Amino acid sequence: MVPLSHYLILSALLFAIGMFGALTRRNAVGVLMALELMFNAINVSFVAFSRYLPQQMLQGQIFAIFVITVAAAEAAVGLAIILGLYRNFKTINVDEINLMKW
Amino acid sequence: MTVTQAVFYLMAAFTVGASLLVVLARNIVHCAIALVFAFFGVAALFILLDAEFLAATQVLLYVGGITILLLFAIMLTSRISARGGKIMNEQVGISAVVALALFGLMAYANLKGFPALVPPMLAASDNTASLGRLLLTTYVLPFEVVSLLLLAAMVGAIVLARRDQGKD
Repeated sequence: MVPLSHYLILSALLFAIGMFGALTRRNAVGVLMALELMFNAINVSFVAFSRYLPQQMLQGQIFAIFVITVAAAEAAVGLAIILGLYRNFKTINVDEINLMKW
Repeated sequence: MTVTQAVFYLMAAFTVGASLLVVLARNIVHCAIALVFAFFGVAALFILLDAEFLAATQVLLYVGGITILLLFAIMLTSRISARGGKIMNEQVGISAVVALALFGLMAYANLKGFPALVPPMLAASDNTASLGRLLLTTYVLPFEVVSLLLLAAMVGAIVLARRDQGKD
């Protein structure tokens, strides 16, 4: 069997990639995609723990279901916000939307 | 190397490659397509971890739902023909350092903290049935709360996305 730490390292790698994307992307939709990658990384580690810890009690999978639900809600609201941004600024590059920056 | 290990490393490499493409590709539509492949890779990992229900949910919700939503947002906002221009802001260097440092720290902690744990034998029970039982008994309150959250997000998204009355 694959050891647990390999799953966790894969999860950490996916999370780091997603974080890099969320920090560097200019396009707001790209930032959302990177966020979804991070959600997926977290889900991998939840499910891996749920499989590998001594009592098989499925808590990890239940948590992963809640994470997926919140991710769906986040995507819907995020895309509505992006549409509103585009309507008001005619751009969705996050570094050009600096109205409230001091 | 057993078949399980081979499949795991294959799918892990596939997922990491697809997610690198998501982050680095220049064309935002290519990113969305790569994201589909990354989601499929994660679904395959869920199947390897005996979470069939989650794998199905992953394919239905992420591949079928969220990616389509993202593609809609791309089509509605960016001019696909107007390519060129940079895709990343000026903090690429420091972000790469931070992400690598975070990955290094977590990988180090994993290798130190988790000895090769042997997964327990699965009791012969249906994954989907046990999940459903848990959701409607022990976790019924979080389940209802998250349903309410979904409803609120739906209403919020509609209110945010519609045009103001009277304008155009």
